[in-house]
Amino acid sequence: MSETKEPLFSKKNKKLISDPLNLNNPVTIQVLGICSALAVTVQMDNAIVMSIAVLFVLVMGNLIVSLMRNLIPSKIKIIVQLVIVAALVIIVDQVLKAFVYDVSKSLSVFVGLIITNCIIMGRLEAFALGNKPWASILDGVGNGLGYGLILVVVAFFKELFGSGKLLGFEIFGNSVEQTGLYAIGYEDNGLMLLPPSSLILVALYIWIQKKRTPSLIDDH
Amino acid sequence: MELLKLFIRAAFVDNMVFTFFFGMCSYLAVSKTVKTAFGLGLAVIFVLVVTVPVNYLLENYILKDGALAWLGDEYADVDLSFLSFIMFIAVIASIVQLVEMLVEKFSPALYGALGIFLPLIAVNCAILGGSLFMQQKNFPSIGHATVYGFGSGFGWFIAIVLLAAIREKIKYSHVPAPLRGVGMAFILTGLMGLAFLGFLGFNI
Repeated sequence: MSETKEPLFSKKNKKLISDPLNLNNPVTIQVLGICSALAVTVQMDNAIVMSIAVLFVLVMGNLIVSLMRNLIPSKIKIIVQLVIVAALVIIVDQVLKAFVYDVSKSLSVFVGLIITNCIIMGRLEAFALGNKPWASILDGVGNGLGYGLILVVVAFFKELFGSGKLLGFEIFGNSVEQTGLYAIGYEDNGLMLLPPSSLILVALYIWIQKKRTPSLIDDH
Repeated sequence: MELLKLFIRAAFVDNMVFTFFFGMCSYLAVSKTVKTAFGLGLAVIFVLVVTVPVNYLLENYILKDGALAWLGDEYADVDLSFLSFIMFIAVIASIVQLVEMLVEKFSPALYGALGIFLPLIAVNCAILGGSLFMQQKNFPSIGHATVYGFGSGFGWFIAIVLLAAIREKIKYSHVPAPLRGVGMAFILTGLMGLAFLGFLGFNI
């Protein structure tokens, strides 16, 4: 253990948080954890709760696996990781059921599916197994935020154009009473509420992101 | 007849990929050629057909509220359903291992075709998703659960083979550079999802 003391937020550590937000985003660049990213984005509040849940599981899972990294036999590491993640997800599920029951109902099976969210297994496998606890926590925070960013952006557009609301507040007026924009003939785009539109929104996000940073373009 | 309806509903109307986005990670990663997509699709069907009925038994005889009544009256009000995530995933992980060993022993040819995909499947959300939906739907018998598993696996299989076929062709078209690869796969899946929405009108 001949480590030189490095500050808690050294340049390298800051990179751990900032990279997953853009250059190495878990959803759009590494293409992980898409299932839930697409399915829970009809409303902003679902997306936010889901991001927090994933962030929590990711940070705690990274921390626990990183602390245990020298104890886990490599033959059974997948099962050990699955059990750790499943235990964390059970905690999240029980907490959601206790405090935000409506959201937990509308997230339905997707809370359970955090267990098989590839971002979590991917980060545990690729990062936490080979790094110190503090770096692993930062990596978890970074990737959790990167995941949450996509979720919130997609949910923003889906909720705004699909039902004219944001977090339940009516932005464009009331569509039933024909007030606000609806009075002059604006209509909600029902397509935005259907599952396929989130795929296309993510594709547009990838398009814009890769256009701005051409180094990300892959040629095949 | 009822089972056939269940199959069609699971495979087309409630398609795993287009309606729920289950198993998207491997769906996008392994759909570059039809051959590998075919192998992974078969493996998913196989594992779903095995794990959904097993988890059905687990759910109904151990985990559900009052499921332990067969042990005696004092266990009749035990509710272990909060353990279902951890039990399901443990069952799936161990069955995948078991299936891998069995296939390797008895059918080396099939092992050659599925081999590399089997370990991947333990963390495919389509598999755990199948079990979690089975839990929500409260099927009356294990036969229903098996057919449901087969139907959802079949839907996933169709989806990945279709996407792989399109991606093989689209290599020869002029896609805008930033969209090449993943971006285009997303748009294709979105369009296919819109087409599959047509099945929603089926009244079965």
